[in-house]
Amino acid sequence: MSKEGVDLGKRRFLTATTAVVGGAGVAAAIIPFVTYMTPSAKARAAGAPVEVDISKLEPGKKMTVEWRKKPVWIVRRTDQNMTDLVALNDKMADPQSTVPQQPAYVKGEARSIKPEFMVMVGLCTHLGCSPTFKPEMGAASGHGADWKGGFYCPCHGSTFDLSGRVYAGVPAPTNLIVPPHKYLTDTTILIGIDQEGAA
Amino acid sequence: MSKMQSLMGWVDARFPATKMWKEHLSEYYAPKNFNFWYFFGSLALLVLVLQIVTGIFLTMNYKPDAEMAFASVEYIMRDVEWGWLIRYLHSTGASAFFIVVYLHMFRGLMYGSYKKPRELIWIFGMLIYVALMAEAFMGYLLPWGQMSYWGAQVIISLFGTIPFGLGEPISEWIRGDFVVADATLNRFFAFHVIAVPLILLMLVVAHIIALHEVGSNNPDGVDIKKNKDANGIPKDGIPFHPYYTVKDIVGVIVFLILFSMVLFFVPDLWGWFLEKDNFVPADPLKTPEHIVPLWYFTPFYAILRAVPPILNSQFPGVAAMGLAIVVLFLVPWLDRSPVRSIRYRGGLYKIALAVFVVSFLVLGWLGTQPAGGIYLTLSQIFSIVYFAFFILMPWYTSIDKTKPVPERVTDK
Repeated sequence: MSKEGVDLGKRRFLTATTAVVGGAGVAAAIIPFVTYMTPSAKARAAGAPVEVDISKLEPGKKMTVEWRKKPVWIVRRTDQNMTDLVALNDKMADPQSTVPQQPAYVKGEARSIKPEFMVMVGLCTHLGCSPTFKPEMGAASGHGADWKGGFYCPCHGSTFDLSGRVYAGVPAPTNLIVPPHKYLTDTTILIGIDQEGAA
Repeated sequence: MSKMQSLMGWVDARFPATKMWKEHLSEYYAPKNFNFWYFFGSLALLVLVLQIVTGIFLTMNYKPDAEMAFASVEYIMRDVEWGWLIRYLHSTGASAFFIVVYLHMFRGLMYGSYKKPRELIWIFGMLIYVALMAEAFMGYLLPWGQMSYWGAQVIISLFGTIPFGLGEPISEWIRGDFVVADATLNRFFAFHVIAVPLILLMLVVAHIIALHEVGSNNPDGVDIKKNKDANGIPKDGIPFHPYYTVKDIVGVIVFLILFSMVLFFVPDLWGWFLEKDNFVPADPLKTPEHIVPLWYFTPFYAILRAVPPILNSQFPGVAAMGLAIVVLFLVPWLDRSPVRSIRYRGGLYKIALAVFVVSFLVLGWLGTQPAGGIYLTLSQIFSIVYFAFFILMPWYTSIDKTKPVPERVTDK
């Protein structure tokens, strides 16, 4: 085909503008397809708070409830457990919970509103497995003579104490998440709503 | 002219049927010295067809719904006529696919089949491998057992470790929910039965077209196109059909014997092909005591676990696992050896390849073991060995003593 009499500059301009406009159209068309895959309105609405009766929970035991489809653990700790937590400080990656994995009203070794009841999301901060409760003390637990009770993640071997604090040198980088929660009465907790008047 | 010939003439005037048959089969000249290792390409194609056919039949009774998925698989196993056979064909086929593909890739490493001018064949092959991993991973969620659920939870969480605040939105986008849920199952079903198989098929076509463009390598790594007879046919080449189609049928029969032994007598292969925890319905509140991916992912899983968190982030482990796959893509450019086949390479490459195979197998075994202690230390050592094979490749392949490559293929 002869290129005689063809305005190449105009042709280049038309090719480029067509490509740009067409490209913008394709890019815009991708948006609904990508957004289609994000959590739907129904999935987002499913996060209603959960009320839990803890009156039947015995010391040293754990109960599991479902909140936003995630396991939430409530562990009732003994006085011995609370003393052990302080003793474990130097084995922890973040003993004083400086990384914000918990609401501001939950602090220190205990990481709870009432020291006796520890509330946390039961998913490992490594890759989201649910760790196993290992309440036994010492060598009987299979985690060495110094074990003071805690959690062991079967997926990648991370360990946590009874406050959900992560041991130093394991795959999980941070302490377990403490969900927002509050006490409705002495024996009922509402998970998913922050404690009122909390700083 | 017979009726058949005139019919073919009619078709050929409209569609290049005879031309394609000649190009890819009856006049595709493959080197005459193919050995045992050349069975696995055609076997991979066979397993692909098997997976597509059994997959189509499974979808007739499977329900991609978190409430019904587990029960529908059990329904297929117990109540659907021959359902157990179709399902076990599909689950055994998945593992068989990886066995065949790993052997096929090992063949490539052994005979330098990725070297110029076959780099793109290798790249397409690696893309097939990655697509196959995605296909297997998403397929494994569908039975909605405990391992399905927690395996998916862990692998999707890998994306959650991406830094700069992108991780969580990306993993939510993949799951379509805040945890692995019905939305995740439903979309994995869509990807597993439509999207990824389409991509796989297109890549397989690209892999074969690229292969037939440059011609097959062989155990001697000799370029057979350099020696052609008066008709322009390589002297060391034989038509793929009937010579290699017939040879491959022998391979197919041996393969099917082994496959049937697993299929009919140990379909779970003692937990290696189907894990016992996956016969328990998914429970989002409880992780099984001992969670491991299926065997074909365990080498990479061991590498993931071998890397400790750095700066409060587990991303380095994830990055290492990704790199373990990415480096494989680079092999054609890492290998500086002037010869292709291991037959004419020196001791260094032979040792390196042997050490690499051992490290891959050991990592695969370590990936099935509990995390921590001696297993962790071993995983770290063998991860380093794994990467050393690639990182040091430009060095040891360039100083390695090679033997002269013969003009023509040998009879060995």
